[in-house]
Amino acid sequence: MALSKARIIAAAVALLVVGAGALLWHPAIAPVDTHAVFSHEQVARGAELAAIGDCSVCHTATNGQPFAGGRGVPTPFGTVYATNITPDPETGIGRWSEAAFKRAMRDGIDRAGHHLYPVLPYPHFTRATDADIAAMYAFLMTRPAAHATAPLNQLPFPLNQRFVLAGWNLLYLSPGPWHPDPAHDAAWNRGNYLVEAIGHCGACHTPHNALGAESSGQTLAGGQAENWYAPPLQSASPAVRPWTQATLADYLRTGFEAHHGAAAGPMTAVTDELAGVPDSDIQAIATYIASMMPKTAPEPVMARAGGDPHAAAIFAGACAGCHGSDAPMTRAGAPSLALSTVVNAPTPQGAIQMILNGIPWREGKSAPYMPSFGAVLTDAQVADLASYLRATYSEKPAWTDVPAEVAKARGSS
Amino acid sequence: MIRLNVNGHDHDVDAEPDTPLLYVLRDDLALNGAKFGCGLGQCGACTVMVDGRAVFSCLTPIALLPGRNVRTIEGLGMNAVQQAFVEEQAAQCGYCIAGMVMRAQALLEHNPNPSEQEIRDQMAVNLCRCGTHMRILAAVRRAAGRGVKS
Amino acid sequence: MTAVLSRRTLLAAGGGLVVAFSLHAQEPKRPGSLKETPSLDAWIRVAPDGRVTVFTGKAELGQGLTTALLQIAAEQLDVAPNRIELITADTMRTPNEGFTAGSHSMQDSGTAILNAAAQVRGLLCDAAAAEFGVAADTLTTADGLVHAADGRAIGYGELAAKLNLHVDATANSPLKDPAAYRLMGTPMQRIDIPAKLTGGASYVQDLRLPGMLHARVVRQPSYGATLLDFDTGPIEHMPGVVKVVRDGSYLAVVATKEWQAIKAMRALAAAAKWQETASLPDEATILDTLQALPVKDIPVLTWQAQAGAPVKRLKARYSRPYLMHGAIGPSCSVAQFVDGTMTVWTHTQGVFPLRAALASLLRLPPDKVHCIHTQGSGCYGHNGADDVAGDAVLIARAVPGHPIRVQWMREDEHTNEPYGSAMIAEVEGAIDADGRIVDWDYAVWSNTHNRRPNIGGLMLQNAALSDKLPVPPPAPIPMPEGGGDRNSNPIYALPNARVVYHFIPQMPVRISALRSLGAYLNVFAIESFMDELAEAARADPVEFRLRHLQDERAKAVISLAAEKFGWSAGKRGDGRGFAFARYKNLAAYCAIALTLGVDHETGQIRLGRVVAAVDSGQPVNPDGIRLQIEGAIIQSASWTLYEQVHFDRKRITSFDWSRYPILRFPAAPDSIDVYIVPRPGLPFLGTGEAGQGPTSAAIANALKDAAGVRLRQIPLSAPAVKTAIGV
Repeated sequence: MALSKARIIAAAVALLVVGAGALLWHPAIAPVDTHAVFSHEQVARGAELAAIGDCSVCHTATNGQPFAGGRGVPTPFGTVYATNITPDPETGIGRWSEAAFKRAMRDGIDRAGHHLYPVLPYPHFTRATDADIAAMYAFLMTRPAAHATAPLNQLPFPLNQRFVLAGWNLLYLSPGPWHPDPAHDAAWNRGNYLVEAIGHCGACHTPHNALGAESSGQTLAGGQAENWYAPPLQSASPAVRPWTQATLADYLRTGFEAHHGAAAGPMTAVTDELAGVPDSDIQAIATYIASMMPKTAPEPVMARAGGDPHAAAIFAGACAGCHGSDAPMTRAGAPSLALSTVVNAPTPQGAIQMILNGIPWREGKSAPYMPSFGAVLTDAQVADLASYLRATYSEKPAWTDVPAEVAKARGSS
Repeated sequence: MIRLNVNGHDHDVDAEPDTPLLYVLRDDLALNGAKFGCGLGQCGACTVMVDGRAVFSCLTPIALLPGRNVRTIEGLGMNAVQQAFVEEQAAQCGYCIAGMVMRAQALLEHNPNPSEQEIRDQMAVNLCRCGTHMRILAAVRRAAGRGVKS
Repeated sequence: MTAVLSRRTLLAAGGGLVVAFSLHAQEPKRPGSLKETPSLDAWIRVAPDGRVTVFTGKAELGQGLTTALLQIAAEQLDVAPNRIELITADTMRTPNEGFTAGSHSMQDSGTAILNAAAQVRGLLCDAAAAEFGVAADTLTTADGLVHAADGRAIGYGELAAKLNLHVDATANSPLKDPAAYRLMGTPMQRIDIPAKLTGGASYVQDLRLPGMLHARVVRQPSYGATLLDFDTGPIEHMPGVVKVVRDGSYLAVVATKEWQAIKAMRALAAAAKWQETASLPDEATILDTLQALPVKDIPVLTWQAQAGAPVKRLKARYSRPYLMHGAIGPSCSVAQFVDGTMTVWTHTQGVFPLRAALASLLRLPPDKVHCIHTQGSGCYGHNGADDVAGDAVLIARAVPGHPIRVQWMREDEHTNEPYGSAMIAEVEGAIDADGRIVDWDYAVWSNTHNRRPNIGGLMLQNAALSDKLPVPPPAPIPMPEGGGDRNSNPIYALPNARVVYHFIPQMPVRISALRSLGAYLNVFAIESFMDELAEAARADPVEFRLRHLQDERAKAVISLAAEKFGWSAGKRGDGRGFAFARYKNLAAYCAIALTLGVDHETGQIRLGRVVAAVDSGQPVNPDGIRLQIEGAIIQSASWTLYEQVHFDRKRITSFDWSRYPILRFPAAPDSIDVYIVPRPGLPFLGTGEAGQGPTSAAIANALKDAAGVRLRQIPLSAPAVKTAIGV
């Protein structure tokens, strides 16, 4: 997705002004050639935290070695390539001391003293405890080294000047440790910590401002991830069946929940990672998020007959084999589209992305799959189908901006 | 009646608009190439081309198709891709093979010199159960080396 | 006097434990299927115009059989392959050769045609000798003509017109010298591939008969589900619907067009209400559950001899889950009921046994049922092919006159086909100070591997119909072929060994024959354990196998695979593995060496270079042999890495490819090279199932080499590997 040129220029000018004022020099941290021997427990804990933190999701290229970087992360400003965080001394972080790693996680400054783009969610990681950062460091330093250099970022001037990030940090990075809320129990607080400091759920599920920072006061109020709809994880959740702690835990662990459906888009990688995380952490995350979710919701509608006959024919021939009330997938427990979050969401973005891209295969894994219809449906047909789904399976008002959203999604996929 | 253009010829088909193309090809137009494998877009046995792109005919209702060009394996004759499949003997039971050829045809029309990884990723949509994978990959490479006309 | 187990009799008996012995004291046996069908004209006919027709009771399943049989007939007859018509399994036209299964087709039918063709050519030469007034041994044959030394020539057709081929074959045949073969042993392009690449009508799915109607079945959602009464009236009035067929819990719909039948089937499925019971065991503990069921113990072998003192003893348990055939094309059949006779086009592996089963299901005499084999999607054993023929005949009887085409939906095939049995093997072995195996204890637990229908009670529909036929109890397939115990008898020369088969009659999940039957697990167990013992003996796994082998052909295959792979006894840890087996210890020999890599973070195995060596006896179509082995390697890799039928307490939950994933292109090995050890003139050895067992163990052995972990429970899934290797 390309932001308007004017918006980029405005953002850049603002950052330049602030950045100039905040231009601080950060020293390099001396390289190290040897590392401590890490305990198995520390490495194992680091593995779990890295999974909750989705390190490998961004830091692994398609078909690439885990953590060797090279994956392009699309942002509204351009593409930022994740770097190699294996312990390769030349191209990875093999010569980073734990202090250098901690500075990167807390302040977004690399070992040499350069600013990192906040695509690395250091505004979240800055809350992580010393022990957790040390564990993640231990985990990464014990991975096989890969000699790999990420491609250059594709960002317009002056955003490709890293010093502007000094200004960004001044505005949006609020360092300091995480504090528990004594009004809540240990599980809730554990979940709050994992969501805020490690899992960085807000990086997608919180709206972002023009400068790409999470909007203050709108934590987890719904956002975007690689042009996919990331629903609110609080009172504004459009889920038709209210999420509970139990259903959330089930969803996070398996990527599927019988009253809500399957994880899709960028979320599949998240739930794939969470599959290997201790149940207590999953339960804690679910406890925290469920506490913010609405407790009640109207009963879902039954599919309504009628609607656009052309779109109804598309649905009958292309979709009903899985989403029909009598389809094998439905009989096996997949929810009706009437329960689908994307069908009931305020924007058609999620529904459009699902139609265009589906859910890809995960090798050898028994998991939800949906074919992509991007090759066979014209933009108009996608829009008709999305509108038909909304009219048939949701009580909410029709979407108004469907063709434009289809065009936008096409441009990004 | 819905008018479909299949392999360059117009056909007026007396079928309900929600009918997936697969059944129209097989039952109304008596074309055998596209096969029913899953009806779910999971195996690719039904693959044909619509406007130059590989699609699952089992999930393509004919309501989508007026004004568009459908191409099936019957429309290829015995072209470079098929010839490569013969030369590599790239079939066992062969049930998946027409879909494989159509997927390969679409790939090579868009990317005449795919890398091995690109071939494997593109062909991943189609399933083979006999284990003919190495022959099919070899056939696609062989066809790529010769150039495929659209 | 020798006692020979007749597999034909055994297989024809289907579920019954019938062991027949053919006792031949003096006369030599006729080779291959000539034993059961001796008449030459049952196999070969020569028309007056010289056209040759060859008959086989075996079927083309995608294994390339028809091409190989044509090569054999053409070679021995001296007629070009393209001038021979081959007729395959048909209850009114061809010999009854039981099932096309067990890698028997070349041994049974190939051998019969080889000898019949040689004898027919001999008789043609004798007739020509009489015609020309010369000695038969002065004549030569070429391209359908008999040539005399003086230049005279006469066509086969002219000779055959005066010749009676309705004579029994003799035990010995005037076979050509293998050194003179021009077709056998030379790669030949498959005759069926061009049509399959150009949209020709190749499959039963492609049959389009006048007046044909389409049917779909609403299957019971779980074993034993009972269909409650409901109103089918609205569905009977849907567009194109001809009839709703209901009998007890059996429900089907017939429509003019296929899509109409599917939509009506969906509407019926939505309206139908079922009473179901939680009849399935807990998937998580299925292996323990199976092992705890009552068993019938079948001793396989006991060897006792002097041996060195044991210095190390190892014990291990190996297992496999229920596995699916997973044909790409769901099963299909066309049936037509006219004047009391049912004609069935079917991709069954056994037209004659199926005829008996359908006749019993329909309460018709067998001669009122005519089964014609028509190719389908590859089946890999007993899948839905027979059962869908049951659907076709039941529906065709309800709509007489019209050909009825039934194709299963994907979920029908996934959840109703009979799976390959889950199995457990426990093995204990000891080595002496010289690194020789001195003791071997092996036990295997399995259901039967044969529920192929030859009576109606074994058809899927029987469980749904209101008037049920008796269901025969399951029976083991006796050794030397074996079922669950197939290949449980080690090929290695061991001084002390005990092997027992704990046959489990009770079948919580519907099962039957899946390619290679019990051999897949038994070879996985034996060949994994051989590596474990080799490691204990600090021996190279290849050398360790060779030191325990006396069979020279086995040694040759192992040595060839090791040589072509570049196996060296030195450094390890590069992710290479080796395994070997002779299928059933009766059929083809196959050794496999391969490399793999393991993604440390995910545990995903990535196959690299695979080298196989195979001895199939006299090769007929070497490229066909290579393709069979390549296919076995990839299919077995998919079983070994990914596959497992899932179920909850009521239903099979692996209802499509998303819930039963199989290998896709990105996971195919980097390369597969298959090398053949040619054995000119030696008997054909069935090859179709030779590679599955060795592949599984080679993967497990390479995994041990690559990641240091020994996995003994199939599948070697990414989560299982990751759990084993840790962080």
